[in-house]
Amino acid sequence: MNINLTLFAQMITFAVFVGFCMKYVWPPIVKALAERKAKIAEGLAAAERGHQEKALGEQRALEVMKEAKATAAEIVGQAQKRATDIVEEAKSDARVEGERIVTAAQAEIERETNRAREELREKVATLAVAAAEKILQKEINIDTHRSIVDDFAKQL
Amino acid sequence: MSSSETLTSQEYIQHHLTNLTLGVHPEHGFGFAHNSAEAGEMGFWAINVDTMFFSILLGVVFIWLFRKVADNVTADVPGGAQNFVEWIVDFVEENVRGSFSGKNAMVAPLALTIFVWVFFMNLMDLIPVDLIPHLFAQLMAVFGANPHHVYLKVVPTTDPNATFGMALMVFFMVLYYSIKMKGIGGFLGELTLQPFGKWGMPANLILEGISLLSKPVSLALRLFGNMYAGEMIFILIALLYSGGVVLAGTAGVLQFVWAVFHILIITLQAFIFMVLTIVYLDMAHQEHH
Repeated sequence: MNINLTLFAQMITFAVFVGFCMKYVWPPIVKALAERKAKIAEGLAAAERGHQEKALGEQRALEVMKEAKATAAEIVGQAQKRATDIVEEAKSDARVEGERIVTAAQAEIERETNRAREELREKVATLAVAAAEKILQKEINIDTHRSIVDDFAKQL
Repeated sequence: MSSSETLTSQEYIQHHLTNLTLGVHPEHGFGFAHNSAEAGEMGFWAINVDTMFFSILLGVVFIWLFRKVADNVTADVPGGAQNFVEWIVDFVEENVRGSFSGKNAMVAPLALTIFVWVFFMNLMDLIPVDLIPHLFAQLMAVFGANPHHVYLKVVPTTDPNATFGMALMVFFMVLYYSIKMKGIGGFLGELTLQPFGKWGMPANLILEGISLLSKPVSLALRLFGNMYAGEMIFILIALLYSGGVVLAGTAGVLQFVWAVFHILIITLQAFIFMVLTIVYLDMAHQEHH
């Protein structure tokens, strides 16, 4: 327990350890700590940013959805309107077509009637001529009296 | 456990309190001192080999451990050793930031070195007092030395040379930074012009001089005194082992209890040494106090 040379030796030892610690031990560790601190701060900021972006995205998604819904409703409305239009158009087309068909049918009927009448007239004429022929026998020449018979037939 | 068959209690204690001193004895020439009286007669130019060996060993352990971590240090998820080292570094840095207001890149590493090194040196106190000295004595006996004349103190901080060595370095740093920050005039002014103004110069010098000189002395003696007293109690407890079964049993319990309590003391003393160093250096950096 004497104070001796150990004192100086210890002072030198101490100084060497402090020097080494200061040069090779402290700076890298503190640097790493600071780096990690920065990293954590950055991570937290990023998380915060992500949070905000998420909220923003959600809001945007909501807006887009609302817009889409509105568009869809509009399209459905238009489609319905178009469908009604088409039905209406079809109805009117059908009506026109029906009328046309009816008209055509009436015309056809009329034509047929006329034709039948004509035929009938001719047949009556022929019959009348035949009857007249029988009555008159050879006295009447069918060629010379042709116009008289025709007139007669026309009056039927 | 005690090897006191041929030693009295007093000799046993004395044996434990003597350093392994290497030096030139006026009569026996160069060599290890055979007892504490011879160690005293060697005067100043002798060296306590055990103090040097264990303090350097523990310092190297500290540097090796921390350097290994610093080499592989990563800002990503730290491993076990790095976590532990970072915890200590963070603790020291926090203390420096709290107590030291100036700007000096040296203070924090200095505080770290003091804290860990002193803690390691104090930690040697928890090794059973006879274990290493006894093994060392047996080893030396192989080489033909008288085991009763082989001394070994394993706790460097129970050697005032070690504590004063550190305290004096801190003191020199306090002087250096006082003069660097305030100039010689400012430093002398601080010593002589307060608290009583320039007409009370002698009283000022005495008061401030004592307060300045008491810094390294109190720093060194506090650590030394605590560790020396703790060591002494371990030695006294160890003495009980030779007193029969009951005393030996009591000693076992006492040693355990004291060791548990001592864990607190060794940490506290390392912490106090560090904090006071920071505070003294902070005072050296401040213009006014």
